[in-house]
Amino acid sequence: MNPDIPNPPKEPAAGNPPSAPSFGRLLLLTLGVPLLNGAVNYGIFQYFRTAALHPILYALLAVLWGVAGIYLLFLSLNWVVEQYSDRARQKVQPYVFIGPAVALLGWLLLLPTLRTLYLSFLDAGSERFVGLANYAAVFTNRLLLVALRNNLLWVAAGTAACVGLGLLIAILADRSSFERTAKAIVFMPMAISFVAAGVIWKFIYYYQPEQEQIGLLNAVVVYFGGEPMAWTSMLQPWNNLFLIAILVWMQTGFAMVIFSAAIKSIPEDLLEAARVDGAGEVRIFFRIMIPYISSTLLAVTTTIIVFTLKIFDVVMVMTGGQYDTEVVATQFYRQFFMYRNFGYGSTLAIVLLIAVIPVLWFNLRQFRKEGGL
Amino acid sequence: MAAANQASGRRRRKGAGKGGSRWLINGVLGFLCLLWLIPTVGLLVSSFRPAADILQTGWWKVLPHKDWATAEQITLPKDTDLRGPIEVLGAAYTDEQLRAGVAAGDRRLIWENRRARIVNVQTPSWTMGADFTLDNYKNVLTGKEYVITMGDGSTQTEKGTDLSRAFLNTFTVAVPSTVIPVLIASFAAYGFAWLKFPGRRTLFVVVIALLVVPIQVALIPIMKDFTGLGLNGSFLGIWIAHTGFGLPLATYFMFNYISQLPKDLFESAFMDGASNFTIFTKLVLPLSVPAIASIGIFQFLWVWNDYLVSLIFIGSQPDVQVLSMRIADMVGSRGNDWHLLTAAAFVSMLMPLAVFFGLQKYFVRGLLGGSVKG
Repeated sequence: MNPDIPNPPKEPAAGNPPSAPSFGRLLLLTLGVPLLNGAVNYGIFQYFRTAALHPILYALLAVLWGVAGIYLLFLSLNWVVEQYSDRARQKVQPYVFIGPAVALLGWLLLLPTLRTLYLSFLDAGSERFVGLANYAAVFTNRLLLVALRNNLLWVAAGTAACVGLGLLIAILADRSSFERTAKAIVFMPMAISFVAAGVIWKFIYYYQPEQEQIGLLNAVVVYFGGEPMAWTSMLQPWNNLFLIAILVWMQTGFAMVIFSAAIKSIPEDLLEAARVDGAGEVRIFFRIMIPYISSTLLAVTTTIIVFTLKIFDVVMVMTGGQYDTEVVATQFYRQFFMYRNFGYGSTLAIVLLIAVIPVLWFNLRQFRKEGGL
Repeated sequence: MAAANQASGRRRRKGAGKGGSRWLINGVLGFLCLLWLIPTVGLLVSSFRPAADILQTGWWKVLPHKDWATAEQITLPKDTDLRGPIEVLGAAYTDEQLRAGVAAGDRRLIWENRRARIVNVQTPSWTMGADFTLDNYKNVLTGKEYVITMGDGSTQTEKGTDLSRAFLNTFTVAVPSTVIPVLIASFAAYGFAWLKFPGRRTLFVVVIALLVVPIQVALIPIMKDFTGLGLNGSFLGIWIAHTGFGLPLATYFMFNYISQLPKDLFESAFMDGASNFTIFTKLVLPLSVPAIASIGIFQFLWVWNDYLVSLIFIGSQPDVQVLSMRIADMVGSRGNDWHLLTAAAFVSMLMPLAVFFGLQKYFVRGLLGGSVKG
């Protein structure tokens, strides 16, 4: 695939370093190999742009290129570094290992954060500096306020339900006679895309006036003598809860699996001792289990909060943000792609970032506590 | 209670099940499982039902249930006045009642044909609407052609939604978007865990910090860069985007694993004169297979199911559209074509569900990595 990249040298045997090449040659290699990589990959990229291949062949070649290309990049960069003197190699080699990751993260996450922050102080077309005007707008514009309110609802209701149900199911499963099956069933929606889940749940909330209800929820309501409803569009703002139910359906499995592992790690003697002392199950739950798994509880809660803050797909597929179900991420998408208001779009993204800063702080503290590095 | 105690005696974990009734626990859990299962089952059943059935009755009607079946038909006199009381079988009903169906003892009366004055006399009987078809899947996979009659009487042929190309595209997006970040992350994790260099700690803290950065923050600038580089709407562009967004978690995860490998392992390899690259490819990667598998499955599912990133970096380019986008389009443009939507949704779920059930063990282990301490 990449014929221009030289083969890796045979590993030098100990005590027999490769003959020191000239400085000029090293410089040439140092600059040439990355450039060659870039050029070859650019060539392949251009080829794929215009190639009229059979779709299956195209897919296979593209996958092959993507996978082999990245390995060859590491291989060739390392080969260059192996040509250096021992001391230089020890200095440079770590950057071959972490370089690509750091470069990509810098380009794709770190710099964009700063650039978005900058954009949030500019006007819609990113031409004029407007100071905090976008922020003021975000917190006064009705649509954007609704989005913020809904996000809060998502975080509060979604997280509480996922964590609560996850814990409940983990505890029940631990004592049931079909633990594995139950866990697989509850966990399964994790593998389903939000878009597919949207279809599934549209079918459940489906409402047709004056006809036999084919949506499950309305059928149940009618069966018990109630009036069928358009669940996702009526009853604002409670319709948001029906969307949140979808998230709960999908994410509870995640919480459950982790809680289940944590519960199993509680030493049996501890529980046994409490029972011998006459503590009831409820007491054991609050006095022993909860404190014991508190760090897991926090970690799961954090993860789900971050997840619900970023919620996008469910709303987009279910209501498209209509009927006051807009959230920050869908508003962001709308401002950016439909109204082309880069200022509002960036500001919303930054608001989201500010919302996760406490979580970030918590993560870092936890990491330091665990003695990473 | 005796049964409960006996059952708990069989369990490995002694003492578990004590205090609460086992029946209650199994019952509540069973109910919750049913609740969790029903949405997916409903979709699966619906996707095999004929289009007309889906629109008329709920999917649960495929189960045996009691329904009204016409036992006999009564033809009323042709001159029956529909505005006045209508006499059927000795009792009088209004037109509205007969339209909706009205109970007459244990039977039900309903118009069969109002204009012809034919009334159905129905009795409850057990039926099941188990009429299954593969047509929906055929339509969705091969893009069956429809002839649509327009309002003015002309006809128009329209090709149905064909998901095979989108399936292939999703595959083309998902495999490199899984392999590339996991490979880069493994290299970086080895570097952070076992190589000494200035700025190591700071850089790693930045990686951790980036774990929680919402990707929305990054979308606008990346989009601008991609436009400048001509990467929008290309596979390479979306690989790079997914790689960037997946890297912090993958690096953190691989670091947790690789930094725990025993030190002696590397020392003896160094003694034998192996370079870092050799140690990494010949020792660390093979030893990290469990971790790579779990984070790889995680990333694969995430990419396969992704919608936002594809929506932004692929846009409306039909050649590279992925499954989630096609289905979201279908939801928007043909929200009532349930027979297509249900089959399409299930097609999109095939791969992740196969990965899930096939590799559940690794996937779950991957989730647990780093999150359960002690």
